[in-house]
Amino acid sequence: MKNIFKITYLTILLLATTYQVKAEEKVELLKTDWSFKGLFGKFDRGSLQRGYQVYTEVCASCHSMKYLSYRNLSEKGGPEFSIEQAKAIAASFEITDGPNNDGEMFQRPGKLSDRFVKPYENVKEAQAANGGAYPPDMSVLAKARSGGVDYIYSVLLGYEDPPSGIILDDGVYYNKYMYGNNIKMSQPLYDGSVEYSDGTVATEEQMAKDVATFLMWTAEPHLEARHKMGFKAILYLIILTILVYFSMRKIWSRIESKV
Amino acid sequence: MSNHEYVPKSKFGKWFNDRLPLLTLGNHLADYPTPKNLNYWWTFGGILTFCLITQIVTGLTLAMHYIAHADLAFESVEHIMRDVNYGWLIRYIHSNGASMFFLAVYIHIFRSLFYGSYKSPREIIWIIGIMIYLLMMAAAFMGYVLPWGQMSFWGATVITNLFSAIPFVGEGIVQWLWGGYSVDNPTLTRFFTLHYLIPFLILGLVVLHIWALHVPGNNNPVGIDIKKPSKDTVPFHPYIVIKDGFALLMFMIVFAFFVFYSPNILGHADNYIEANPMVTPAHIVPEWYLLPFYAILRSIPDKLMGVVAMLSAILILAALPWLDTSKIRSAVFRPLYKQFYWILVADVIILGYVGAMPAEGLYLLVARVATAYYFIHFLIILPVLGFKEKTMPLPLSITEPVLESSLGSSTIKKESLN
Repeated sequence: MKNIFKITYLTILLLATTYQVKAEEKVELLKTDWSFKGLFGKFDRGSLQRGYQVYTEVCASCHSMKYLSYRNLSEKGGPEFSIEQAKAIAASFEITDGPNNDGEMFQRPGKLSDRFVKPYENVKEAQAANGGAYPPDMSVLAKARSGGVDYIYSVLLGYEDPPSGIILDDGVYYNKYMYGNNIKMSQPLYDGSVEYSDGTVATEEQMAKDVATFLMWTAEPHLEARHKMGFKAILYLIILTILVYFSMRKIWSRIESKV
Repeated sequence: MSNHEYVPKSKFGKWFNDRLPLLTLGNHLADYPTPKNLNYWWTFGGILTFCLITQIVTGLTLAMHYIAHADLAFESVEHIMRDVNYGWLIRYIHSNGASMFFLAVYIHIFRSLFYGSYKSPREIIWIIGIMIYLLMMAAAFMGYVLPWGQMSFWGATVITNLFSAIPFVGEGIVQWLWGGYSVDNPTLTRFFTLHYLIPFLILGLVVLHIWALHVPGNNNPVGIDIKKPSKDTVPFHPYIVIKDGFALLMFMIVFAFFVFYSPNILGHADNYIEANPMVTPAHIVPEWYLLPFYAILRSIPDKLMGVVAMLSAILILAALPWLDTSKIRSAVFRPLYKQFYWILVADVIILGYVGAMPAEGLYLLVARVATAYYFIHFLIILPVLGFKEKTMPLPLSITEPVLESSLGSSTIKKESLN
């Protein structure tokens, strides 16, 4: 058994170093309590729905979400809007479809199977409209930045006046947490930017947290299923390991040797 | 191997076995006499077989949904993550499986280094193992390119560019590898093809690795030759099967923690950004398991010499059976070698750490010292140590471990058998 402890020890050591290597990269990010962290972590439905509202009303005017479809909004483990709500959300967008039998493109209301409508036709158009900066697609953004949701949350709340001596170009803003401190997105969230239908007070922190939660879900839509299955799988493995351990002891007891 | 000739019990079995002796092979594998003093460091061979099979099975499934095209690869991976049933599970097992595979192979290699398993008569097993390791690195590197994220693209660019260091023909070779003038769609499709092929080459080499192992039989922690079969051995089945199974389950628990609770911790965030030839990431770093070699590469100021040093660092291992001049296998009886062994372990970990850091200032200095030490260990310390070291007396058999006696006579201590 002594060796097993050694093995475990080494594994933990490896894990610890990995975490350390990751942690050393940036300035201390703002922390908040995420409901989806931990062994049993789940999304807060209300937060996801509010986050979707912040996304559509604020972010979506510049940021696309190309890997998501309206059907995802009603799927299990997500914001879990009812099918009717999701259909109504989809229908509130105009989709260009076609060509029809006359060879013409036409407009129709969105359906559940449609991908989220993009704010710009292409990258060039997006850049032209945003002073040369391309607002990144938000589908996997929460996984595409080191620091993940903490980073997104921090950047949203990290706007401040530049320290004296730093002169910023037009259309460039100072952000404490942004890599290089320069960001081309103006501060997107102010207290009361949106009006939550569930009565939650739309403070800056609240909106940042909600939209970051929403982005975590869009990046990792099966997170809840993963946590749930992980617990079961690991429990199963632990029980099986214990059974196999005793079987092993029994088998090896036939001979004069230690396992 | 059992002394008696194996005869299948059933009539059909005998008929079949006379034509293709699969049952004899099965019987050989089950009866294979294994030293009974093997510790848990010996269970990683079985664990590695599991890793290979897992990678092949999950990889086949992913290949059914993945599209090897520069414009579609990233999206098809997202399709796997979102819309394919349990696609997220299969992909996370595959991507973390690569890390687990390397974790296990490094333990396996360092076990071999500690107990001198590479020494006569096991040189061929060792060399086949090094070939497997090289192919693993190639497969892992090309696999990392397939999602076509930023690290995929720029990692591929950096690594393929290494070949341009070759005098005269370098540029030509690089363009030949790329199938164009930069890393692009032709590079992706060929990497996919090779990534699909290599695991089966590895599988073939694993068969040879095990075949070569079954000729002399396993080394053991004491490192002395043992009679097979004898009271020093146990049949592979059930003794080693259950022990390997137990160790594998422990390993799977660690594996599962990664897959279910931190599936992206070993990857790089930039690889969730679609490849963009116009934007270079701030730091281009390979996956953790390649970092020690990356550190060696960067510690040499000259590009060509850097590549030569990196390749030598791996290939030097193949010469290890002849560089280590000591006749004693196990480090247990080599007090000096044991200390140098642990220094080497630390050296490789340090190389891995500085490999992840920017190549400047103190990091670069440390990388250079650690690189120099790596080669000194194999080229100077090991050959000299074989002649100079005063080793401890070996026991006569593994059931009679040597005790405090400094006269070389072994004493039997009954308690130690239990």
